[in-house]
Amino acid sequence: MIVAVASGKGGTGKTTVATSLASVLGDRAQILDCDVEEPNCHILLKPTILTTDTVNLPVPSVDLEKCSLCGKCGEVCQFSAIVPIGKTVIAFPELCHGCGACSMLCPEEAIHEVPRNLGVVETGMAGPVEFVQGRIRIGEAMAPPLIRAVKARIRNNKFAILDAPPGASCPVITTVKGSDFVIMVTEPTPFGLNDLEIAVEAIKDLGIPIGVVINRSDIGDSAVRDFCRNRGLPLLMEIPHHRRIAEGYAKGALLIESMPEYADKFKKLTDDISMIIGIPSKGSSL
Amino acid sequence: MKIAVTSTGKTIESVIDPRFGRAPFIVIVDDDCNLIEAIDNSKNVNAFRGAGIQAAKTIADRKVDLLLTGRCGPNAFTALEAAGVKVGIEQSGTIREAVERVKRNEVPLADKPNAEAHW
Repeated sequence: MIVAVASGKGGTGKTTVATSLASVLGDRAQILDCDVEEPNCHILLKPTILTTDTVNLPVPSVDLEKCSLCGKCGEVCQFSAIVPIGKTVIAFPELCHGCGACSMLCPEEAIHEVPRNLGVVETGMAGPVEFVQGRIRIGEAMAPPLIRAVKARIRNNKFAILDAPPGASCPVITTVKGSDFVIMVTEPTPFGLNDLEIAVEAIKDLGIPIGVVINRSDIGDSAVRDFCRNRGLPLLMEIPHHRRIAEGYAKGALLIESMPEYADKFKKLTDDISMIIGIPSKGSSL
Repeated sequence: MKIAVTSTGKTIESVIDPRFGRAPFIVIVDDDCNLIEAIDNSKNVNAFRGAGIQAAKTIADRKVDLLLTGRCGPNAFTALEAAGVKVGIEQSGTIREAVERVKRNEVPLADKPNAEAHW
C-alpha cells in the first residue's frame, strides 16, 4: 500500500503527519521523503543512513561533425533543451528531462547521452522503520527524475508513506502518481483552503482517493470543513494548535512523542485509510 | 538588413514589448522600417520554460541580422549568439522610433545577457 502525504500550502504539517504515521506502523512502515529540495523527515526520525546512490539524468551531447542539421532533435523536444539554430545545434542540459528521444531519432547518430548529476538517494533505518530520502544537488532545479529514483525504492510488502513536496506542480504530481491514497494536510485558514483547492483539483485527475487532515484545527474558520463536506472528502483527523506539539517539534520530537495520546489516533488513521481503499491494513496483502 | 523587434502589436507604430521570449508579436522590418512580417508569438507567451530559446529560433530561421528588445536572458542570448543575430537591448517606444535609433547608431548591442533566467 502506498499513501502520499501532500498539502498544497507549505508548512501545514505534512512531515508531522507522515513521520508519526510511520512511527506507529513500526516495522510495517517504509517512509520515503520525496520533498527532495528540502527533505526534513530525517530531522524527526533521525535515521541511520546505510546507502547513498548518485542519481544522474542522461542529457544530449551533439557531435557537430556528424550533424546534418536535419532538425529532428529540436522538433521532438518539448522543452527546448536541444535546438538546431543557424548552422549549429545547442543543447541546454538544465532544461532536459532526459527522455532520450533526440538521440534515438537522430539519423546521423550525432547525439550521445552524457550524465548530469541530479542528487542522491539515501536509504537507511529509523528504528524499525525503513527510511528513504532524495537530496537534490544544490543549484539543480529538475526534481521529478530524482523523485522517481526515490520511488523506485518503494517496497511492495510495506506500508509505504511518501512525504510530498508542497504545492501542486510537477514534483507533487510525480510523488503522488501511483499512490493508493493521498492524505491532504491543511490548516483551516483562507491560505490553507486556497492551496488545498488547487492541490485537490490537480490530484483528482489522477483518480486517487483523497482524505483530509486539518492541523491547527482550532484556529481560522470553517471554510475548509465546508469545502471537504461539499466535495465529499473524508475528514480523517484534526490536530489542535497546541503549545506542547510546537515545543516538541522545535526539539525534533515526533507528534506522538509530545502527545502520546495521538498514537491511537494515528493507528485509527491507518485503519480508516485501509477501509476507504479496501485493502486490509494488516496481513500479507498489505 | 533584417531587423526583428519584440512588440505589443503587429505594425511599425506598435509599442515595443521589452520581454524577448514572451512578447505577443515579433515584427520583422528592413532598414527603412518597411514591414516584412509580423509573427504571432502567442504560443510562447505562456510557455513553461524555453520561451526565449524558441523565439531565438523563430528569428534565426528567418535570417534576421539584428534583434531589438528590452531584456534578453541567458539561454536566449546563447541561442542568438550561436545563430549570429546581434542583440540590441534596452529598447522602448515604437518600432519606428527604435529603427530610427539604429540608423543613428544609438542602440546598445549586448555582449552578454541582461536578464536572469526564468525558473
